[in-house]
Amino acid sequence: MLNLIIIGFIASAAAPFIFKPLKKYFGWIAASFPLYLFIRFLSMYREVADGNIIKESVQWLPSLGINFSFLLDGLSLTFVLIITLIGMVVFLYAGAYMKDYDHTDRFYLYIGIFMTSMIGLVLSDNMITMFMFWELTSISSYLLIGFNHHKEKSRKLALQALLVTGGGGLALMAGLILLSQISGSLEISSLYNLNETIINAPSYKAIVILILIGAFTKSAQFPFHFWLPNAMEAPTPVSAYLHSATMVKAGIYLIARMNHALGGTELWQDTIVIAGTVTMLIAAILSFNQMDLKKLLAYSTLSVLGTLTMLLGIGSKLAIKAFFIYLVAHSLYKGTLFLVAGTLDHETGTRDVSRLSGLKKLMPITTITAALASFSMMGIIPLVGFIGKETVYSSILEIDYWGQLLIAIAVIANALVVMITILVGFKPFWGQNTPTPKNPHEAPVKMWFGPAVLAILGLLIGLFPDVVVGKLLDQSSFSILSEELGIKIKLWHGFNLVLVLSLVTLLLGIIFYMLRSKFLHITQNLRLIRILKPSEWYEFLLNGMMYVAKFQTKMFQNGYLRNYIIFILVTAISLASFALFKVRKDLSIAADFSITFYEAAIAAIIIISTFVVITSESRLKSIVAIGVVGFIMGIIFIIHSAPDLALTTFAIETLTVILFVLVLYKLPKFLKFSKTGSKIRDVIIASGVGLFMTLLVLYITSIDLASDLKKYYTETSVPGGKGRNVVNVILVDFRAFDTLGEITVLAIAALGVYALLKLKLDDKEE
Amino acid sequence: MFSVILSTASRYLLPLLLIFSFFLLLRGHNEPGGGFVGGLVAAAAYALYFIANGVDEAEKLLKSEPIRLIAVGLVLAIVSTVPSLFAGNNFMTGQWMDTNFPLIGKIGTPLLFDVGVYFLVLGIALKIIFSLAEEDR
Repeated sequence: MLNLIIIGFIASAAAPFIFKPLKKYFGWIAASFPLYLFIRFLSMYREVADGNIIKESVQWLPSLGINFSFLLDGLSLTFVLIITLIGMVVFLYAGAYMKDYDHTDRFYLYIGIFMTSMIGLVLSDNMITMFMFWELTSISSYLLIGFNHHKEKSRKLALQALLVTGGGGLALMAGLILLSQISGSLEISSLYNLNETIINAPSYKAIVILILIGAFTKSAQFPFHFWLPNAMEAPTPVSAYLHSATMVKAGIYLIARMNHALGGTELWQDTIVIAGTVTMLIAAILSFNQMDLKKLLAYSTLSVLGTLTMLLGIGSKLAIKAFFIYLVAHSLYKGTLFLVAGTLDHETGTRDVSRLSGLKKLMPITTITAALASFSMMGIIPLVGFIGKETVYSSILEIDYWGQLLIAIAVIANALVVMITILVGFKPFWGQNTPTPKNPHEAPVKMWFGPAVLAILGLLIGLFPDVVVGKLLDQSSFSILSEELGIKIKLWHGFNLVLVLSLVTLLLGIIFYMLRSKFLHITQNLRLIRILKPSEWYEFLLNGMMYVAKFQTKMFQNGYLRNYIIFILVTAISLASFALFKVRKDLSIAADFSITFYEAAIAAIIIISTFVVITSESRLKSIVAIGVVGFIMGIIFIIHSAPDLALTTFAIETLTVILFVLVLYKLPKFLKFSKTGSKIRDVIIASGVGLFMTLLVLYITSIDLASDLKKYYTETSVPGGKGRNVVNVILVDFRAFDTLGEITVLAIAALGVYALLKLKLDDKEE
Repeated sequence: MFSVILSTASRYLLPLLLIFSFFLLLRGHNEPGGGFVGGLVAAAAYALYFIANGVDEAEKLLKSEPIRLIAVGLVLAIVSTVPSLFAGNNFMTGQWMDTNFPLIGKIGTPLLFDVGVYFLVLGIALKIIFSLAEEDR
């Protein structure tokens, strides 16, 4: 499985290079790749269906327990098949849809990275590896939402999605680390059978909250739901793929995956049920005012995500069954409808649902595809959506206490979804034809083929559910619940309460649809109080953070070098002297105070030069004097037999003087000296630092610093490092990794200097 | 302020100083020296040339953007870490050839690493010096 993921990344990286010469056929070529992955994973179907779990592990950082370990069971296979199947459709579709965009090559790069990361995410058995893929999906989603990066709105909304999911990602990481501390391993499969230990651990509450924040942000559960409708800024294939069929289900996948380890407590189950139910209802209500095809679909996606979350929270066998069917059904019909919406946008030039109608004759295939998907979404027999809705209702009816409230909410939410379906799936095609910005005709084959396949698949699963997905259902539920489901999946359950509820939902939906046009002018004037909207909280937090950042930058980075030095020195000596005087009792000064002639001479030169520095009226004189101090330091190193240090000091001092002269050249003459007040301040700080450093050195030299390191390095330098210069061998061999880090920092610093100076130059030129 | 003496002298000093800096780099493994100080000396050599002949001449002589030198240095340092991975040792374990070369001594990845440091330091110092010098224009 690792090799498939590596192939995925390589293929994505190669996409921009082969795009240009093969532009015309690129949709087909690109689609062949997910197809290949689909077939590869389908070939493992039989083994998984028999109840085997395919495992694979390659060591990455074994000392930290981080490995590329992958696990294919029913749950991950279901997700992988969805990801690759819809990936194929979307890649093909984008070949025609993205034709007029700039940088379509980049689009394939990003979406390829996304698909591969998403597969990695659902296959990972190692928490850190999974987290890495999790973050990769957030990043690729950011790049795809902001694909039209020349528009400010795109950039802003892409950033919003990234910040919300990225913030959740951080919480997730913290939760996973806490969890791994209980189990002692980072492998998710090691959590099996540890359920009791985990839920009794003191950190259990923190783990649940952190992991659920991660899952809820990713799957856009209330109150983090606002980023998803905003993510519709992305090109439509992206919305269909990431923000409906796959990525937003990652959070739900996580909950399902963690269920056997964390589940079974009220905290876990109830939080999930409540979040899911609230999302399901609020999203459906918020959709009422929407006019944009994609926004309508986005809110219905939110509602379904809420339903899926709620089902996981209910957690009964029937609920898990409903979860599975609904998951598959939704991916199929919602992917289709998004692509249909994209087709409409592409062909007519508008996504405003009130301006679209009567396209049936012009776009017959799209009309049929849309109708099939819509029937599934509305839950009409014999499509898979029908089975989904029936099972959802019956699993809710099983609940004793809150069941009646939940079923009412579910019926209303689903009725609103029916209303959305009529708006998106039927209204544009039937009735009177109205003029649109572009002259519509049937979409090219690349754009109708994929959606049609998905729609027909929805019909097939509806007609023969047990044959097509029965085994997957069994194995997936086993992954979630760790027990056999024992419920067969079938289309027809007979005349019962659930069927009545389904009919009520449909009727109610049609009523909502008819009332909508009458009430729209009232509801569109309704405004929520701002403080109730989570998106306002986001804005508030973001602005607050910017404000604090500005404030603290102004305070600390005020542009005066002298202030920086004061900040640094005062902070350093206050903290260090606090630490030093706390342990002073154990310290004594036992230094050797005998002075040689050389040392006395050096001290005299340093004192004289320093005096010159602070009294001189010419900058050049000061700099030369500072240079003298530097060179004298080098001589001290020589006296104490550190030739390497001395050599480097000399070279550095030379270059420093040159740099100073270059800068100095442009400065005006000394016009004014410091005022008496600041002189006194500087004297106090300078003497404080000097005194402290002197004390520190005296204390340190009085301590016996014998260590094995010195001996070790001297002894192993020649046999281990093949060099007699121990200092150099340490730098380039023993501790070369540190050096590598340091030179990287140096390179970045040089780029920083370059950027700063360049910025100033550009300012001047303007 | 152009000085014929300095300008002429710098033309002869530059190659000598560069050779010296390379000497420092190569002897660094056994005697005082090394890539860092070698790079600094090389930078000082160019700085001398630039003081004598102006920044344009110095940049022309270098024939390459200092930023490139930084990149080359970093890449060399990173490349020097790769053989250890293929040898199956821990990351950055020094790999040596057995033969002794005259003047240089043994050749191994730490030497390559040091050469990377040399170019990186040279590039950084020159980048800063040239950037500051160009501010005049």
